Amino acid sequence: MHELSICKSILDIVDRHAAGREVQTVHLRVGALRQIVPDTLVHCWSLVNEQTALAGSELRVERVPAAIRCRSCAHVQTLDEPILVCDGCGGTEVEIVAGEEFLITALELAEA
Amino acid sequence: MGRFHRHDDGTAHTHEHGDDGHGDHSGYRTGAERVEVLERIFDENDHTAAANRADLEAAGVTAVNLMSSPGAGKTSLLRETLLRLRGSVRVGIVEGDIETSIDADRLAGLGAEIALLNTSNGFGGECHLDAPMVRSALARLPLPELDLLVVENVGNLVCPAEFTVGEHARAMVFSVTEGEEKPLKYPVMFRSADVVVVNKIDLLPHLDFDLAAFYRNLLAVNPQVTAIETSVRTGQGIDGWCDWLRALVRRQPARR
Repeated sequence: MHELSICKSILDIVDRHAAGREVQTVHLRVGALRQIVPDTLVHCWSLVNEQTALAGSELRVERVPAAIRCRSCAHVQTLDEPILVCDGCGGTEVEIVAGEEFLITALELAEA
Repeated sequence: MGRFHRHDDGTAHTHEHGDDGHGDHSGYRTGAERVEVLERIFDENDHTAAANRADLEAAGVTAVNLMSSPGAGKTSLLRETLLRLRGSVRVGIVEGDIETSIDADRLAGLGAEIALLNTSNGFGGECHLDAPMVRSALARLPLPELDLLVVENVGNLVCPAEFTVGEHARAMVFSVTEGEEKPLKYPVMFRSADVVVVNKIDLLPHLDFDLAAFYRNLLAVNPQVTAIETSVRTGQGIDGWCDWLRALVRRQPARR
């Protein structure tokens, strides 16, 4: 739903870093706790870049699983569900250590 | 536009393929130079949100981002809130609505300053308010004359949770007609809330809604959350919600 406006933000950032060079691939990292649907994002990317210098560029999405660390027992675990409870001691004082990422990691640019 | 397809490694993308078939392009393309970027995609929104927060604080205004699914009762709760805060807390409202001014009209005449934001004139109609949109609405409000700003977001449990707008606190209205599993289905929204208003509580006798299961699910995704049970119809709990808002306004270091 919000993937379209997110693609516009991505477009601005990529444009700035590409500095006029041809972009072949845009690499993204998306955490599992982000409500962002990679397929939708990729589809919106092709819509948003259509009339721009980035037309034809690929968006490649790397998903990162969510992980928490317990503040009481220091147990670290990967989450399959968004349940913020420690498997080790049952504590709820946990911090999220992975899964909230949403960033552009790299561009692949054509040789000048 | 290119063709959409998916790779075995779970990535999906769109591009044109020639007649030579798909081939292996999991690595770098020949002749490509890789440039590290490492830039957060919400950075621009977050910068504008910080500017909004700074402007609000300079004017002594506390801001609440009010979110819910459509029909949970945000606007009717706000009506009751304005009636109770009138005369003691000066309220401004940013009213997000995709198309109409119906909600803004429902809030008119209750002493609040209202700035309407229709989101349909953006790129295809937005499902949320973002910080730049709210910034344009702030420019239309007399901030120094306000104590509390309520940003009534677009009714939606997904997108608004991803965009901070410069708020000091996030409030969510959840109605018991929505089902007790919702915190697990929309964890980002429920986790981001400082307070969840459990509305339409007067309907409980008529529903199969399991309130204890709802709280279990809510606390699983957000152990620190405050919950306030309300009914806009009977008035139950509305004073408690208003007290929560008053306490929030008092906590904020106001510069007047």
